[in-house]
Parts: sequence; C-alpha cells; structure tokens
Amino acid sequence: MSDSSAKSGMTIHLKIWRQARSAAQGRFVDYTVSGIQQEMSLLEMLDILNEDLVRKGEEAIEFDSDCREGICGTCGMVVSGVAHGKHAGTTTCEIRMRQYKDGDTITIEPFRAGPFPIIKDLVVGREAFDRIQRKGGFVSTNVGSAPDGNAILVSKLAADDAMDAATCIGCGACVAACPNASASLFVSAKISQLAWLPQGGPERGRRALAMIAQMDAEGFGDCSNHGECEAVCPKQISIQNIAKMRREYVKAAWTGADKSRSSGGD
Amino acid sequence: MSSFGSVAWSSVGKKVITGLTGFMLIGFVAVHLLGNLTLFIGPHAFNGYAHFLETAVHGWLIYAFEVGLIVIFAFHVVAAVTVAVADKMAARKQGYKYARNAGGRSRKTLASRSMIISGAVLAFFVIAHIFLFKFADHEQTAEGVKNLYKTVVGTFQNSVGFTAFTVVAMVLLGMHLRHGFWSAFQSLGWTNDRWLPILTRAALVISIVLAIGFILLPIWLYLNGDPNAMPGGH
Ligand code: SF4
Ligand code: FES
Repeated sequence: MSDSSAKSGMTIHLKIWRQARSAAQGRFVDYTVSGIQQEMSLLEMLDILNEDLVRKGEEAIEFDSDCREGICGTCGMVVSGVAHGKHAGTTTCEIRMRQYKDGDTITIEPFRAGPFPIIKDLVVGREAFDRIQRKGGFVSTNVGSAPDGNAILVSKLAADDAMDAATCIGCGACVAACPNASASLFVSAKISQLAWLPQGGPERGRRALAMIAQMDAEGFGDCSNHGECEAVCPKQISIQNIAKMRREYVKAAWTGADKSRSSGGD
Repeated sequence: MSSFGSVAWSSVGKKVITGLTGFMLIGFVAVHLLGNLTLFIGPHAFNGYAHFLETAVHGWLIYAFEVGLIVIFAFHVVAAVTVAVADKMAARKQGYKYARNAGGRSRKTLASRSMIISGAVLAFFVIAHIFLFKFADHEQTAEGVKNLYKTVVGTFQNSVGFTAFTVVAMVLLGMHLRHGFWSAFQSLGWTNDRWLPILTRAALVISIVLAIGFILLPIWLYLNGDPNAMPGGH
C-alpha cells in the first residue's frame, strides 16, 4: 500500500462515555490513539487503548464482546450516533478501522434505555431480554427419542420467514436505536420465529400474550413505527415481524388463549 | 389472567386502537373533502349539501356522526399521546449526546417524528373551524336554508390569518397521513415485506392528494370567493 499510514498507522480521536457504576454520574472522556492499522477492528483499537491506560495506571474502559465475528450479540455500542455504527447489517465487533481516515473523531456511547441499566462505562445489563424470553420464547417438547424430521411438513416460505426471524442475536440495538426505546423488533422476532412453524403452534397464543406483557412490565417504550430498529439491526430483521407479532397478539386476546394456562393445558 | 382493559391498553393494544381510529378518521377526512368540494360549485350546492347532512334521518344522522367522531378522536388522541409522550419519556430518561439517523431501511422521517405536533395543531384546527363555522350566527337564504356558504366564505375573506393557518394545518395533515396511513396498517398487523413498500408509496400519494385538496379550498375561497353570491347564480 502506498499510503504512508499503512506503516505508521492512523491517529484516531475518541470521545468515550465513562461511568464508574450504575448510580454514578457519567461523562465523555477524550482519548487519542495512534498506530491504528486499517485491518484492525474497532474493538481491537479499544484493546490497544486499554493496554495504554492500564500501563499508565488508569482504569480500563469496560465494554462487552465475545465472539468478535458478529454472531453472539454480546457487543453493542452506539458508534458516532448509530447503534453498531453506520454500516447496515453489521455488529460493533465487525466495524473495521479502514472505514475511518487518519485524524477522524469517533464517539462511543452505551446503548441507552431505561430497561438496559448501565453497569459500567459501555456495558449495559440486558437481562430484561432474558426475562421476556423466559415467558415463552421456547417450545415445550416431551423427552424421549427424537421425532422423525420429516413427520411435520413445513412450507419453504414459512421456513424462510421463520429462519430470518431466528437470526436475531438478541443484541438490543433495536432498543438502542428506537426513539421510544421499544423492544418490539426483538420480541417480534422471537414470537414470529415460532409462530411461523407448526412446532410453535400449540403455545402461540399464550406465548404472545405473556412475552408482550413482560416487555411492557420491563418498561420498554411503545412502538411508533419509525423503523429505525430495522435499519440498525445487524441481522436485518424486518418489521414485518412486528406486524406478525401484533396479529398473534390480537388473535390470542380475541380467542382467550391465555385461559389454557389456568387449566394446566398445553 | 388478563382483563380486557389490560390487553387493550398494552403496548400492542394501544397501537391497534390508534390504527383503527386512524383509519376511521382518514375515511372521514376523505368524505369531508369530497363534500367540501361543493364549495367550488357554488352556494346552492354547498348549502344544499349542508342542509341534507343536518336534516337526514330527522337530524339524527349528524348527531350520530358527531358523537361517533368525538369518541373516535378521543381514543386516537389518548392512545397516541400515551405512546408518544408518557411511555417514551419513561423508557429513556437519559438521552444520547450524539445521535444520528441510521438511514438505509429506516422509515423515520420528519413526518414520523412530528406526529404529536402535527396532531396537536390539527386538533386545534378542528376545534377552531367548528367554532367559526358550526357555532357562528348563520343567515338564511331566500329558500329558508341556513347560508353556511356565506359564513365559510366570509370567514376566509375576512381573515388572512385564518386562511394562512388553515393552509399550514393542511400541510401538517399531509405530513400526519404520510406516516399515519401506512403506519395504521402496520399497527394492525396488516403488512408484510411484500405489501409494506406498496403501502408506504400509497401513503405518499394519498397524503399529497388530500393535502392539496384541502389547501386549494381556503386559498381559492380567499382569492375568488364571494360570500354574497346568489344561490343559483353559479
Ligand atoms: S432484532 Fe436485531 S437489533 Fe434487535 S436484538 Fe435481534 S438482532 Fe439485535
Ligand atoms: S462480539 Fe459477538 S457479535 Fe460482536
């Protein structure tokens, strides 16, 4: 590469949200890192910055990551104003420094929503999603030998829609980007993934009512159909799932699907 | 487990209420515009139309409609305001310092962000025009029919301010429907990946058509209207 920055690396200015703990007052702190190679990821740049900080005896910046290849949903920050950064269909860990120029300034903020409390710096608690999942984001099966894979037929279209919804990695970017901090896209992905398949059928009404009741109880905002969630979703989950979720909910409420619970039925 | 109230007032229930009432209001607005177009024809047509509405089914039709509209408006406003203001403020108390629109597949627009403002101005306009037109002192025409034409045309002729406000309110109506029309389908769950792009384009067309219709009326009446035009003299 003829670019001189390829050897010496880029210098990047950062404005990063630092917050000691949930209850503490947070603020932006400016940092400058140099020697950043284009092949590095944004998170690797933060690793380098953290090594610097630790060497200087300062506290490292806390942020979440695990797989670093866009499949686990652990990472998640608002990078220069957009959840998971400005590139569509990618996670924070997939951001590469070649998207930036020498001397650029990047702001990094945590996902902000009441039900996602900041634990430290850029790390937020997303247990609210787990509690919603526990209300019905599963299918109940009997133990025993595995059923014949071809015993229940699924149409290609339904399988495709279900698979698309199933790619949700639960990262929470949809909540972070929503002007109302609504969790509709996440919850709708979980509900419709199962509603499209026959296996999800027996519990679908109860699932929709219980998961949406939990979503509301967690304090997520209501949806205004801005569609900002779909634009930031690393898995490009479509808001057609939100429409599907609403159909499921209305049908369940209409037919009194939740009654089966008290009778101990399926 | 769940009462009717808790289901209807859940996050999804509120969307369904907003969407259903929104559809009814869009239908009303479209019919209202068609009726108002008789203003272009002249006093006879417009007064006759108004007279018909007020006397149909011994005057019960208009009462039924008015009561229905008030109920629909009330549900639409209360559900939408709780969605847009109360829940939103509770859900993100600390906002972003640097927030940008994601762009791309997002449908967030000036129209979608300002629903509550365009809605508030429209509500004010609805009340204002009811007071100025419905509860004004009306003259009678020679045929003994209420001369609503004279009231309406006179109001626009005598007030640049109200004419201008009407135009602004109708621009906001267009913006409200730009987001509201397709959003109502989405809120009721009547969309999918195939229909969504069609509905968002239909929303653009419908909002422009209705807004232009309602904008032309006050402007035309202000410039050309003759409150004393004789019935039959069109
Ligand atoms: S719907 Fe998309 S943005 Fe929301 S949690 Fe799932 S993967 Fe993340
Ligand atoms: S760290 Fe797993 S998706 Fe980013």
